[in-house]
Amino acid sequence: MGLASRHLLGLEGVSAEDLTEILDTSVIFREILERPIKKVPTLRGLTVLNLFYESSTRTRISFELAEKRLSADTINFSASTSSVSEGESLRDTVQNIEAMKIDMVVVRHKSAGTPYFLTQCLNSNIINAGDGAHEHPTQGLLDMFTIRQKYGSLKGLRVLLVGDIKHSRVARSNIWGLKTMGADVAICGPSTLLPYEAERFGVDVYTNLNEALEGVDVVNILRIQLERQQTGMFPSQREYTHLFGLSNERLKRLNKNFTIMHPGPINRGVEITSEIADSNSSVVLEQVTNGQAVRMAVLYLLSGKKSVTEENE
Amino acid sequence: MNAAKKTNDSYDLIVTGGTVIDPKIGVLNDATILIRDGEFVAVETDKKKVAAALKATDKSKIIDATGKLVTPGLIDLHVHLREPGREDEETVRTGAEAASAGGFTTICCMPNTTPAIDDQETVRFVLSEAVGAPCRVFVVGAVTKNRAGKELAEIGDLVKAGVVAITDDGDFVQDPDLMRRALEYAQMFDIPIMQHAEDKFLVGDGVMNESFASAKLGIKGRPAVAEEIATLRDIQLARFTGGRVHIQHVSCAGTVEAIRRAKAEGVKITAEACPHHFSLTDDEIEKKFDTNLRVNPPIRTQADVEAVIAGLVDGAIDCIATDHAPHSAEEKDVEFDQAPAGMVGLETALGLIKTRLIDTGFLSWTDAIRKLTVNPARIINQPLGDLSIGHSADLTIIAPDAEWTVDPSEFKSKSRNTPFAGWKLSSKVVKTILRGQVAYSSD
Repeated sequence: MGLASRHLLGLEGVSAEDLTEILDTSVIFREILERPIKKVPTLRGLTVLNLFYESSTRTRISFELAEKRLSADTINFSASTSSVSEGESLRDTVQNIEAMKIDMVVVRHKSAGTPYFLTQCLNSNIINAGDGAHEHPTQGLLDMFTIRQKYGSLKGLRVLLVGDIKHSRVARSNIWGLKTMGADVAICGPSTLLPYEAERFGVDVYTNLNEALEGVDVVNILRIQLERQQTGMFPSQREYTHLFGLSNERLKRLNKNFTIMHPGPINRGVEITSEIADSNSSVVLEQVTNGQAVRMAVLYLLSGKKSVTEENE
Repeated sequence: MNAAKKTNDSYDLIVTGGTVIDPKIGVLNDATILIRDGEFVAVETDKKKVAAALKATDKSKIIDATGKLVTPGLIDLHVHLREPGREDEETVRTGAEAASAGGFTTICCMPNTTPAIDDQETVRFVLSEAVGAPCRVFVVGAVTKNRAGKELAEIGDLVKAGVVAITDDGDFVQDPDLMRRALEYAQMFDIPIMQHAEDKFLVGDGVMNESFASAKLGIKGRPAVAEEIATLRDIQLARFTGGRVHIQHVSCAGTVEAIRRAKAEGVKITAEACPHHFSLTDDEIEKKFDTNLRVNPPIRTQADVEAVIAGLVDGAIDCIATDHAPHSAEEKDVEFDQAPAGMVGLETALGLIKTRLIDTGFLSWTDAIRKLTVNPARIINQPLGDLSIGHSADLTIIAPDAEWTVDPSEFKSKSRNTPFAGWKLSSKVVKTILRGQVAYSSD
């Protein structure tokens, strides 16, 4: 019992044992979310700082709700309302807040490595809620949880990630976590939006979506940021949709009992049609609910508390 | 070997008993260097003549270098002294002290200061700050006004004030027509243009080498092809104009190969490599996101490290320069991509050269010293870098096998931004002698 690290900075290098422990613990919290009273006293007395240097709606709300449902006290910090505009360094900012007695920090930042940087500044447990295009481990975990929930196991499943892999922290966390758990991972996107030497991630790499979809169990569609078009990564949204949009016609290539995932926010009609996003095979909203359970599990496991339902001091 | 130029047997300084390495004449065991009026008088191996000189000279003027290497004073073509503008990070004086402690007797400072060194006044200011410093300071002026890459600086004026070369270092002279004119114009003064070869469009806002390491971290890359294209363009411009280009801080295999070929074809091109580019690879960044590893051009892959070393071995790369780039602790204590690029290097260069190039068998001591003395001296066209009679008596005395651990708190430099803290290195500078005077002593 207990994870190897007191922080969650990424899924690269996290052992199958630790991933399994997080996913198994998430099952308990997922069940709690179905109760009339969705609150447990697990983290009572602990204070969690949500440090968001990048705008976020669902991840920030999801973490905050997870903390509240664990009875933690929460503080929200976003860059637009902080002293960042006054030129204070990140180290000074976080050390000042921690001096008010903080126990855990959930951080989102546009610079890769910032969660690691915080481990060097603070004594708190650090949870990465997305650092640049590096990792977004709780998204990776909730995607894995959602797949495991449906298929029972990740082993041997073929999972395809489609879209802007190069700039996607969701893709990286998914790749590391899924591979550790024995899934077979493939990626597909425009060649301008694939990472350098992508095959070295240990994945199958495609630029043709029709080929990539053959024999796949789970398709995880990533949001395409339309501003990438302006930096010359693809010629037009129209052409992107034509080449990489998920349509009914293309679904025929998938294995039976396939699953469609999307970490959100969705550009309906661009990377995926509304019809598919809202279909029975889509688990988009289930992903969001599961995100609650997974984040509760991570907060609990990193807190070092010994029991979910009882206070231990 | 050489007759004393005065009949008097006493000297202002004698360095005796050491193993002398002069790239021009080779290695001399138990040789004695005789110095008078700040100049070399002789490198003597005749026991009788040495005995006479020692007898006639005051004991306080004699340095016993037994067991040590004695080389011409080391020359570094690429140093940032940060003055004027960022005296909190380094001054001409502290930079010269760091250089002297690192075994250097001559350094060339880059013009990316605030204001930029793009006119006579600023050159004169820097040179005036260097008067009496423990290391000779040459100024490299800007190619373009305010280093903005738009119009030529008054290069003739800069030369008149004493610059030995020009560069917009930190920035590539992106406009090929402007670079062409600069190469044509600089030929009138027989000075090289030192180029920071990285195409700005390909570099974008990248902060580390583009490779699998950057792909894993999701950090924006500065691809090697940016350096290769910039170098290839300048090779063609040098070929076309007959001008002299010096490629700064060569970091990748493609650049080394391009320079090697251009040299074989007779293009007037020279190049330098930095210790960090033959000592570090980009996968180091993943471990701790150490902002001291952020440098332009970036540290690259193992294959690039090997190519840079091969270039040093076969002469495609002429010299070793540090790109000593001081930055304040506060500016480096930030998120990785927010940190300024650059690391200090004057006080770790010799140890890295010994440990990574000499102990590994890539270079002999003589080859390494050549790349730190006569070769850089030739690029800036100065009568330095060897022990020729009448040359300024600049020497570096080295304990070749002394082991030490890099401790930035001991640096003479005002800044501490090194990724080599804690590294165990071999070779220590015992004494540095400038114009016949002891400028630095380790004891």
